[in-house]
Amino acid sequence: MTTWHDYLKEEGRPPSWPYPVRFEQEREVDTDILVIGGGIAGCWAAISAARLGMRVALVEKSDTVRSGSGGPGCDHWCNAPANPLSRVDPDGWARHMASRPYSNGIGIQIQCREDFDTLLEMEQMGGKIRDTEDEYVGVEGRDDKTKFMISPRYGTIHSYFPDPRMGEPNFNPPETRNNVVIRVWGSTFKPALKKECKRLGVQIFDRVMGTGLLTENGIQGARVIGATGFDTRTGEFLIFKSKATILSTAGAGSIWFMSMELGGYSNMHSRAISGDGTVMAFRAGAELTKMEAGGVVRIATGYKHKWYTGGGDASYENVPLVDANGKRLPYPIQGWVDAGAMVPAPGVEEKIREGILKGEYALPFYADFPSMPKVEQDATWKLMLGEEATTKVIIKTFNEAGFNTRKDMLQSYKFIEGQSLPQWREAGYGGGLLVDWNLKTSLDGLYAAGTQMFAPEDHSYAAATGRYAGRKAVAYARGIGESKLARDQIETIKNRVYAPVRRSGGIEWKELHAGIARVMQYYASEFRSESLFKMGMDALEKIETESVPMLYALDPHKLMRTLEDLSILEYAKIIIQASRARKASSLPLGFQRLDYPDVDPPEWNKFMTIKLENDKVKIGDLPPEFWGDMKQQYETHNRDYEGVYRGK
Amino acid sequence: MAKKELFALPNVQTPNRPVVFDPDYCTGCNICVEVCPIDVYIPNPEEGKPPIILHPEECWYCGTCAVDCPCPGAIKFNWPLQARGYWKNRETGKIGQI
Ligand SMILES: Cc1cc2nc3c(=O)[nH]c(=O)nc-3n(C[C@H](O)[C@H](O)[C@H](O)COP(=O)(O)OP(=O)(O)OC[C@H]3O[C@@H](n4cnc5c(N)ncnc54)[C@H](O)[C@@H]3O)c2cc1C
Ligand code: SF4
Ligand code: SF4
Repeated sequence: MTTWHDYLKEEGRPPSWPYPVRFEQEREVDTDILVIGGGIAGCWAAISAARLGMRVALVEKSDTVRSGSGGPGCDHWCNAPANPLSRVDPDGWARHMASRPYSNGIGIQIQCREDFDTLLEMEQMGGKIRDTEDEYVGVEGRDDKTKFMISPRYGTIHSYFPDPRMGEPNFNPPETRNNVVIRVWGSTFKPALKKECKRLGVQIFDRVMGTGLLTENGIQGARVIGATGFDTRTGEFLIFKSKATILSTAGAGSIWFMSMELGGYSNMHSRAISGDGTVMAFRAGAELTKMEAGGVVRIATGYKHKWYTGGGDASYENVPLVDANGKRLPYPIQGWVDAGAMVPAPGVEEKIREGILKGEYALPFYADFPSMPKVEQDATWKLMLGEEATTKVIIKTFNEAGFNTRKDMLQSYKFIEGQSLPQWREAGYGGGLLVDWNLKTSLDGLYAAGTQMFAPEDHSYAAATGRYAGRKAVAYARGIGESKLARDQIETIKNRVYAPVRRSGGIEWKELHAGIARVMQYYASEFRSESLFKMGMDALEKIETESVPMLYALDPHKLMRTLEDLSILEYAKIIIQASRARKASSLPLGFQRLDYPDVDPPEWNKFMTIKLENDKVKIGDLPPEFWGDMKQQYETHNRDYEGVYRGK
Repeated sequence: MAKKELFALPNVQTPNRPVVFDPDYCTGCNICVEVCPIDVYIPNPEEGKPPIILHPEECWYCGTCAVDCPCPGAIKFNWPLQARGYWKNRETGKIGQI
């Protein structure tokens, strides 16, 4: 007996709900620092705040041990230019990264200055960051003294953006490499972070979903003094009172996907990521930016073949790609010879596609593991894929089924499955909370870290910015006295949260989700214009007024999913409203307006911001590098930074 | 013995079975229930028995249930048909699939 249907058939009745049911019952928690979202950024924030002696409460929708996108693992500690093998100056590399349009210079500077210290602290806590067992002696990039494994990624340029210099063999000779990315054993990280949280006395609230922020006197735009949550197994209502609050619930994953049931969701985010934090902050009056940004989902699971099916789209990895007859494709790989390319130069894919049509390249394509030296095969298969999050179980199943890198070539799905539909978009890596050099949002008492901020980067960025937000929130909280929660604000949230379980029938979350996704596919996707936006807003508002009052959830779990989709509904509305405000098209923002076809005209080279004031949307803008001189600002704000943790 | 009655049941969700438990090896410790970030499982009402897969279609294939299980052989990952990868032996050309 394994499935619910099996159980029903055998027992003649469904299993009872296994947890006590406590809908609407309240529990109050008083803390100094409240962290909402216990992923990478959240755990690091909690740890750094607790190390400074503050009482910390960490609220996590799943279980902190494996939650979030980085919960299962991480194989690349990207952009650690302060590591001893690096050949670039951290401040210079930060400027290089921040020169990509609409990036976040504040977060990037913090990452480049502090993520190597963060990595060393990861090791102190029990995370594995070096080849201590000498498993990979002889692998290119391994430093025999430190036992760090430098990755080929970002070999000579930070290659998120296509660059014509990429893809030329031997472009990346050893003496000119940047050495900024370190291969790590990231499956050891999350359990170690949770353990450290516990050791430091962080109060962990697992399976609690944050549902709303509480502000002074319940006023929108006022200081944040706590939050509410609900237990996703029991339905209990939690009220947190805090001196400072850090949001780290990441972005929103699935706004444009109608169904989330086809083999594992669909992008680079955990299933649990649904824009909750962004929406909570927006409702409280915080300013967001870059919300109009988006792009076609490239790495998808289910809809497209899983990129992470161990070289399922091997073009992403560092294994040479060959056609069905063994002919090498001119597709750059993330290996040493191709500069650690993450994205091919423009035109490369088109050339291959034409080659397929002309019979030059035979489908399907394969990742030619056997052509690599054995140690490189192992480093790619066991370390890179073995540690890169959801891939650990993939190599496990492949190994068990008899796949062997010594003999076998993995199929690549990159070309055979075709392009992603332009309507399958993702918002997760674009918009988010606006922050200052303290990672404080536009609201007093509210901080943000990791993917929760606008224009986020990757794992080490989430870790370093979480660690930074923790210490900045503590500095603020030290000067804060008692505050009084506004009961009417709590009641408003409570009514919203429990409305679906107070009904005994109606529509369920899956239909709501599909309905929102459909609207976004039609009215806020590849083609955008004022008239489409208007139709989109009207359609979302129709859902809000007609369908939301019919939402129904049977148990606490379904209530969680329902509330996630209510976040997504709000998030979708924010996207459309922010999109309306940008009256120009933009390539880096993935933003094509039919009514304003000019692409990136100079006067629109600015961040558009959006917030609520008295429940009315207010649009603003900020200059492209509003953060100022990155090095100087960082130093001014961090004179007291003490480097790697030396406490017990 | 279970009753052999024919019930009127709705269609199963798809995919339906992200993992297959082996009751001979599974101790019912529920570690997989606790690590699963999605609450795909609930504990079996009968102690010592494998968990029940309640929300299979919400699984994001993170694999941590199978990776963190302390009992070898207790839980086997079960990719849905459409997500089973292929490979080819370089010498023989023979196609393999998980
Ligand atoms: C398969 C995969 C492989 C990856 N590999 C790498 C890699 O090798 N290198 C790299 O640099 N990056 C990698 N990444 C990206 C990296 O994992 C993310 O950048 C990182 O996890 C972001 O950290 P975060 O804290 O912002 O978000 P997350 O780690 O996702 O944490 C967000 C947390 O918030 C919780 N949450 C959400 N809503 C709520 C709520 N309402 N209340 C309470 N909690 C909530 C979630 O459960 C989650 O735990 C990978 C991602 C994936 C999916
Ligand atoms: S499968 Fe493993 S982790 Fe899950 S209950 Fe059985 S023994 Fe425990
Ligand atoms: S693979 Fe991940 S999401 Fe799916 S059941 Fe296992 S732990 Fe849960």
